[in-house]
Amino acid sequence: MADIATRAARVVAEPGGRRRPDDGGPRAGTVVAFLTPFFLPFVLFYLVPIAYAVWQSFLVVRRTGGQYGTSYTTFGGFEQYAQVFQNTEFWASIGRIGLFGIVQVPVMLFVALVMALLLDTPLLRLKGFFRVAAFMPYAVPGVIAAIMWSFLYSPQLSPVVDLLKGAGLQPDFLGPGAVLWSAANVSTWLWTGYNMLIMFSALQAIPEELYEAAKLDGASNWAIAWRIKVPIIAPSIILTTVFSIIGTLQLYAEPAVLRQISSNISSTFTPNMLAYAVASGNNYQQAAAISVVIAVITFVLSFGFMRLTSKKAGL
Amino acid sequence: MSIQTPIRESRVSRTAAMALMFLLAIYFLLPVYFLIVAATKPQGDLASTFGLAFSHFDLFQNLSTLFGRSDGIFGRWALNSVIYAVLGAAVGTLISALCGYALAKFRFRGREFLFSVILGGVLVPTTALALPLFLLFSATGIVNTYLAVFLPSIVSPFGVYLARVFTAAAVPDEIIEAARLDGAGEFRTFFSVAFKLLTPSLVTIFLFQFVGIWNNFFLPMVMLQEESLFPITLGLYGWNGQTARVSLLQESVITGSLVSIVPVIILFILLQRFWRAGLAAGSLK
Repeated sequence: MADIATRAARVVAEPGGRRRPDDGGPRAGTVVAFLTPFFLPFVLFYLVPIAYAVWQSFLVVRRTGGQYGTSYTTFGGFEQYAQVFQNTEFWASIGRIGLFGIVQVPVMLFVALVMALLLDTPLLRLKGFFRVAAFMPYAVPGVIAAIMWSFLYSPQLSPVVDLLKGAGLQPDFLGPGAVLWSAANVSTWLWTGYNMLIMFSALQAIPEELYEAAKLDGASNWAIAWRIKVPIIAPSIILTTVFSIIGTLQLYAEPAVLRQISSNISSTFTPNMLAYAVASGNNYQQAAAISVVIAVITFVLSFGFMRLTSKKAGL
Repeated sequence: MSIQTPIRESRVSRTAAMALMFLLAIYFLLPVYFLIVAATKPQGDLASTFGLAFSHFDLFQNLSTLFGRSDGIFGRWALNSVIYAVLGAAVGTLISALCGYALAKFRFRGREFLFSVILGGVLVPTTALALPLFLLFSATGIVNTYLAVFLPSIVSPFGVYLARVFTAAAVPDEIIEAARLDGAGEFRTFFSVAFKLLTPSLVTIFLFQFVGIWNNFFLPMVMLQEESLFPITLGLYGWNGQTARVSLLQESVITGSLVSIVPVIILFILLQRFWRAGLAAGSLK
């Protein structure tokens, strides 16, 4: 493995045609020495597992005939994929996560955008406090965040449930209809501040002169924000959307924790939970096919979204 | 009139903006406040008293129960998390910096191709890698060891991306040329000249990778069976699953959660400017 990486790096490290041989630039060996420490583990722990999963997804385990037949692994073409697409649990998990994403991602990014825009105006005081408060959840691991929120959802312990009951309501955060949105709330809590800071950083990079003229013309802060600032930071909004789509399709820790206190989350609630459940049953080839399908959906959605929006925004 | 209108408008919008931001701040801080309050209560008060009000102050009792449980396994988990995150992020930052520096400053054939492979890596969900990695690691026998979590954690394509962007911005070509003319080798130039200029950027890269490893759950869950190798996230997840049978564990899950997030939150607040540098670079893409 190391040999292949070194050889590949040596091939690419040959100096380009434009450079004189004696301009003091690094020799090919030096370039390889800088790149190898990253590329060796990158190949071993990123590219090889991907290739391995793809290869495995084309295998099937069969049994020789009869009661005493032994099992053997053989090439099965698209058999595993056909099974994935016929699996109703797979489609149910995709449906759940699709609904989750269509609602949670826009809500979260809209809140993040409004916060970023407000922090970029002279309207607010205590800006540092608001920034830290919103970004703080990013320091909390998803598992811990879900544990914290599950206490706030629990009918026995939650002060929120107590307060709502005092107001005459009967909240059931863990009920069959609500639990998906309770999980969505944990994701929103975790990632709003992170996305807000990406958008805020982009806003800070806009030179003031760009809307100086609009201000002199009497444009309101509102108009400046939506007509000038939002279009300029569109690339950041697209970036946060893509990251959110990827995150949604990978959802595992939060629903897995909520499953510990709610019977309304099955072991196949999200595609990733399904893949893990199938792998736990030792059906690694089927789990690999599920993982590959999730990864392909992720890529198609991320790139599709980027193509679509960059065409519209004329970027 | 023409002067008064904007002033009145801005007073109304100022109040509305502040009110909205306060509501959102309460939303973000509420779970942490609840956790602090709950960590100070005896187990019996968790269900019987109002969750947002302090009752008996039993924090120190709770802490000693937490660290005393199962021969101090929680301390072990905390130490493991620190080992995985600090060592992993340190090694990861160094290799990302070397690679990003080379991609920014050396001209060689295939450079842009390698960079786009790395950028593709940013989009690869790490959870998709965990299962095939488990099978590969099983075959080589390093499953259920420190290495099984540590080795995949050192690879951060986003770190290389940041290192390239930061190097291009912070290390002028003239300085590298000057060092070369002085007869310094490329590694000497990197470690003695570029490293100093890149230090703030390296802190940023380190922080992002540190949090990524600290928060990781799926990879250790897939790789580890031995409790003494667990990071905090996996350990508390296991305890949380047992609270239905062992209800006394609940207080330890709460206190343990608080202990695990406080150091990282403090790190966040102290090192704020480094976060903003990373997020700004991320938003440039």
